[in-house]
Amino acid sequence: MAVVEIRISPKKGMQPTEIAEKIKGEFPDQVIEVVEFSDQVSVIVKRDRIFNICRYLHDDADLSFDHLKDLCGVDYLNKKEIRFEVVYNLYSIRHHHMIRLRAEVPEDNPTIQSVTSIWAGANWHERECFDMFGIVFKGNPDLRRILLPEDWEGNPLRKDYPLKGPELENDWRGFTEVIERSKELREFEWEG
Amino acid sequence: MIDTSSTGLITVEEGTKVLPPNVIITALDKVANWSRLSSIWPTTFGLACCAIEMMAVGASHYDFDRFGVIFRGSPRQSDCMIVAGTVTKKMVPVVRRVYDQIPEPRYVIAMGSCACSGGIFRTYSTVQGVDTFLPVDVYVPGCPPRPETLLEALMMLQEKIRKETARWSPWR
Repeated sequence: MAVVEIRISPKKGMQPTEIAEKIKGEFPDQVIEVVEFSDQVSVIVKRDRIFNICRYLHDDADLSFDHLKDLCGVDYLNKKEIRFEVVYNLYSIRHHHMIRLRAEVPEDNPTIQSVTSIWAGANWHERECFDMFGIVFKGNPDLRRILLPEDWEGNPLRKDYPLKGPELENDWRGFTEVIERSKELREFEWEG
Repeated sequence: MIDTSSTGLITVEEGTKVLPPNVIITALDKVANWSRLSSIWPTTFGLACCAIEMMAVGASHYDFDRFGVIFRGSPRQSDCMIVAGTVTKKMVPVVRRVYDQIPEPRYVIAMGSCACSGGIFRTYSTVQGVDTFLPVDVYVPGCPPRPETLLEALMMLQEKIRKETARWSPWR
């Protein structure tokens, strides 16, 4: 009978503040701010070298962030000078530590480098972010809308998007067409 | 008016007479409606958490089968559609297509707050009630409705079918 040996790394991983310091030491001109809240540390960075930062976090033996927990967008309309942020929640399965990266993305040119070639799982997250916020991920192999219909107009999670959605006359064509057709077919319904 | 006292016809209920041992005289409406309401086969349209309650009603504890209800996977073999859950705008063409594929006579049960009115989701993606594009027969409130509520809705639909007249004729 085969004996399965499960090895758990005795190393407990690094503290989030240590990780933040390490990133700051490696990319001093890229880190804007390190924010700590509820024992969670966020590193706010510029978007220009986000790919290099992620590549470093993934490849460095002590950090070894091999798991992208989540990637999402945030809209800080009227709250911050730079409107958007892309948030990377990273975890190291080997070292059991985590860190949060936040890259600032301006409104007038909402583009950022894709990290799909580092973590393949980023693909759909980036597509969702593109769908909901209109942030373009350069280098994503398949940047299409992922949740909304392809001919949908607007990016619903932007704060200036109407919460109740567009009026019926400006609504998504696929929806209004069905409503119109159901009105035409109403005369064929049995009314008793 | 035929005098039935000498013919041996026995009135068992209003509009139905029996000539023993094996002749029943009644209206075609009654036969058609009775057979329809006793074997409503719904096509399932589970879209959200309401579908879980719908499955619970279909399972042995609440037992939809005792009403003659058997869930069908195909709209072509169904009489009824239970729209259970939140209908998004992207889903609307699909829901309408499935409804269009159900042959007459057909009925729609809107199950849950979302299917009735959009529920809590007054948002860009949610349809504010399936009655915007479907003729609904029974609205079932609740978020989600208890299984008993869906049973009640089914019995209300049965009563509605029982009162129909001449639905076996061509449309209109």
